[in-house]
Amino acid sequence: MHIPDGFIDIPTSTAFAALAGAGVAMSLKGARSSLDDKTAPLAGLTATFIFAVQMLNFPVAAGTSGHLLGGALAAVLVGPFTATLSLTVVLLMQGLLFADGGLTAIGLNVFNMGIIGVWVGYASFLLIQKIFSGRKATVPIAAALGGFLSVPAAAVGFVIQYAIGGTGTFSVTAVFTAMFGTHILIGIGEAIITGLAVGAVMASRSDLVYGFKNKKVALEIRK
Amino acid sequence: MKSRNFYISALFVTLALAGGASYYASSSPDGLEKVATDIGFIDQAKPHTNSDGALADYGVKGVDNERLSVGVAGVVGVLATGAVSGGLFFLIRRKSAK
Repeated sequence: MHIPDGFIDIPTSTAFAALAGAGVAMSLKGARSSLDDKTAPLAGLTATFIFAVQMLNFPVAAGTSGHLLGGALAAVLVGPFTATLSLTVVLLMQGLLFADGGLTAIGLNVFNMGIIGVWVGYASFLLIQKIFSGRKATVPIAAALGGFLSVPAAAVGFVIQYAIGGTGTFSVTAVFTAMFGTHILIGIGEAIITGLAVGAVMASRSDLVYGFKNKKVALEIRK
Repeated sequence: MKSRNFYISALFVTLALAGGASYYASSSPDGLEKVATDIGFIDQAKPHTNSDGALADYGVKGVDNERLSVGVAGVVGVLATGAVSGGLFFLIRRKSAK
């Protein structure tokens, strides 16, 4: 999912870098209310865990692999604003240290994985938890379903960027069909990992889980 | 679970995943790479600015043992991500009143 340099032209990449920058600035402000002495360590751990698990590509179909994006996972554990910041740190590390994700594409990648993935994952989680009447036992399931939906959503982010400023001359419909189909499959892996990780934290320290303890916040956002 | 035990176990799992399990990760192209290859725009990709970096592509330059190379890269990545994100979240957190 990490876009390299060259797939999307510079003007489009720059525009998305500005959008992503605005999203990160808003998140820096928004994250403050959920970060305190108790939750800041979990936020650091979440970013670190996502970095580690993003290294673990799993096979999804003949000759194709996928890896966790982690947007829904982070949003459920530490809240959506802190999740965007976590994904941004992970993407910066990957681009700067590991040559993964182009440096001119950093805004595109933060936008798709750190903003679309986070918010689609979190909104889906809230909606599904509402259907389950906010029960504790369903938090990992709702997180898994949010994770599942976040992956094709982030893939659609790429398709939009390709439609605006793709350097390839191939049809957007073809890119959409291929991206969406492949990432639905990767979403299944995302769901499993997200469900297991959220389940493990819920079982040991449910008091730290943003998507569980902040039910009130969740209700207000929904209005 | 006590906070201390929780964080120590979680950090251990994270290091084991990045430092050990990463060796077994699939090396097939990821979703976007595969789509770009199948459709034909993979050639538009430019080499990464840091493709000669010491840790490029999750391997330590000059280390031939694949298991060691990816494992050390993973551990360095975990420590670097932990330091940067932990530092950021520590800085922007609400200070608790004494």
